[in-house]
Amino acid sequence: MFVFGESQAQAVDSVIARFADSPGPLLPILRGVQDELGFVPPEAVARIAASLNLSRAEVHGVVSFYDYFRQHQPGRHVVRLCRAEACQAVNGEATEAHARRCLGADYHGTSADGQFTLEAAYCLGNCAAGPSMMIDDKLYGRVTPARFDQLLTQWRSRQ
Amino acid sequence: MSVKVYISRDAAAVALGADETAHALQAAAQSRGQAIQIVRVGSRGMVWLEPLVEVEIAGERVGYGPVGAPDVDALLDSGLLNGAPHALRVGVVDQLPFIAKQERLTFARVGIIDPVDLDQYLEHGGYEGLRRALTLSGAEVVREVTDSGLRGRGGAAFPTGIKWKTVLDQQADQKYVVCNADEGDSGTFSDRMLMEGDPFTLIEGMTIAGTAVGATQGFIYLRAEYPHAAMALREAIGVARRLGSLGRNVLGSGKDFELEVRIGAGAYVCGEETSLLESLEGKRAEVRFRPPLPAVQGLFGKPTVINNVISLASLPVILQKGAAFYKDYGMGRSRGTLPIQLAGNIKHGGLVEKAFGVTLRELLYDFGGGSASGRPIRTVQVGGPLGAYIPESQFDVQLDYEAFTAIGALVGHGGIVAFDDTVDMAKMARYAMEFCAVESCGKCTPCRIGSIRGVEVMDRIMKDDERAANLKLLEDLCDTMQYGSLCGLGGMTPFPVMSALKHFPEDFNRDRG
Repeated sequence: MFVFGESQAQAVDSVIARFADSPGPLLPILRGVQDELGFVPPEAVARIAASLNLSRAEVHGVVSFYDYFRQHQPGRHVVRLCRAEACQAVNGEATEAHARRCLGADYHGTSADGQFTLEAAYCLGNCAAGPSMMIDDKLYGRVTPARFDQLLTQWRSRQ
Repeated sequence: MSVKVYISRDAAAVALGADETAHALQAAAQSRGQAIQIVRVGSRGMVWLEPLVEVEIAGERVGYGPVGAPDVDALLDSGLLNGAPHALRVGVVDQLPFIAKQERLTFARVGIIDPVDLDQYLEHGGYEGLRRALTLSGAEVVREVTDSGLRGRGGAAFPTGIKWKTVLDQQADQKYVVCNADEGDSGTFSDRMLMEGDPFTLIEGMTIAGTAVGATQGFIYLRAEYPHAAMALREAIGVARRLGSLGRNVLGSGKDFELEVRIGAGAYVCGEETSLLESLEGKRAEVRFRPPLPAVQGLFGKPTVINNVISLASLPVILQKGAAFYKDYGMGRSRGTLPIQLAGNIKHGGLVEKAFGVTLRELLYDFGGGSASGRPIRTVQVGGPLGAYIPESQFDVQLDYEAFTAIGALVGHGGIVAFDDTVDMAKMARYAMEFCAVESCGKCTPCRIGSIRGVEVMDRIMKDDERAANLKLLEDLCDTMQYGSLCGLGGMTPFPVMSALKHFPEDFNRDRG
């Protein structure tokens, strides 16, 4: 269970301090916070708003606008499956359906064991070797259902 | 003497196991006492051969691919380091038809040099364009760009020089150069390959833009899905800054130019330049009304040059070799070359840089080798999710902005996604609407609500629920979206939808049981 305590507050404040002086600092700050905490909790929104002299509604509006920013704690790893045309052209839908079934989760959902959050991506820029998938920052090509299983087994056993 | 071996560090190669191949090769060579030096380069753009291993023999690079980590031992046994025959040997890479038939200007160095080695960049003509630009006045540089005929490679095809002239003519205490690296179109990856494979070219191009129009600060707005590109760019910017080709007093010219990479947050609409500027300012990426143009009031209200990666990366060669050299390539009003991306269901997918004028058929069959599945190619979507579906009967169209407009299609960012005859075009039309609904910024009604209604109408058509009436409704809706939307997202979603309906009506009228 996530608790926003003293150390989380410090992490947020240090991210704010790192970017506060750069022009248009809100996106870099939100990104920094998500890198630190895995998502952008409401307590962080309040702190960011106060330090940038914005309303909480303005910061929340930015957080909710962008797919990349999460308002809830994700699983241990984030799986992004490409749904775009180039991956559809090589039967990406089969991988999609398989992934949803295996993880028992729809997009934005997390598997029951808390290991994987499933997200849709609209193009990962790997369109000549689809279907494409990203787990955290690692990109994979030609992800058939069988390769999906293989990769998930690998990632499950990662420390 | 150690043997030089080149393996790509491009994300597409890494996604297919290039890192594992490189590690396995290093370890296997070491245990055999064979001295090798592995150089990690950009990708040649032959994605079906990745991981491609190139061995330098007598000044030529002999290729083997695709080489997985488990293949390494057998390859070394059969004499990989001498260029010996093997089932995976593809020959001297520069002589492969896929490479030899290209006209690589912007991508001349990609796959050849270590992307973040400035010395190699300089050896291959790097910074000659900027050096020449710094001897010219801003107006002369802008004229050179105008004369080259370069048009915006992001998709809008607006003449780059004219954009620059507007910024040059503005009086302001601060101007900006912004690179639109939010390459979100499905089927496109040329920006990514350039940034990963030759980031100095983009940096040099932006420095040419900045020093010409009087901007001292540049931003690269890079999409969140491209962590490899972020790494390469940041590394290259650090090197350029240390060596004085970026920062204060660029190459001793007395002009300053700083550059920063900013990472997006997964919004397709940020490819639209005004929403990108909103996002850079830290706001919701909602499209701005125009006028004012970004060239007059852009980032933080200041005059801003905003160009796509490939437009900016084409400047070094234009300034190095002159406008006439570049303009000599191409046809009609489409001058120079375009990095074309072959994607989707295609046997030989990857990147082909060619002068305008090449036909779709040449690209799909001579370069692409037909579909990956071996079935007939039924249609291609060119120019991303807002591009039209083109039927086989039009594959002889030449790649040219005006020729594509004439058939109701667009060149866009040069991505070509191939589909074989198993594709369901009604489903693709529904997807186009769904994509628009997911990615709409929400500012204008035709896009925000029209796209959702579009999905519903497509569902009814596919279920044969009052099909004829709903087909009429779909046309009306597309008309409203095309003419009533604030930007290209809502305004161009009708292109894939209506082209699918026009060329493949049988898929809309089929009973699905």
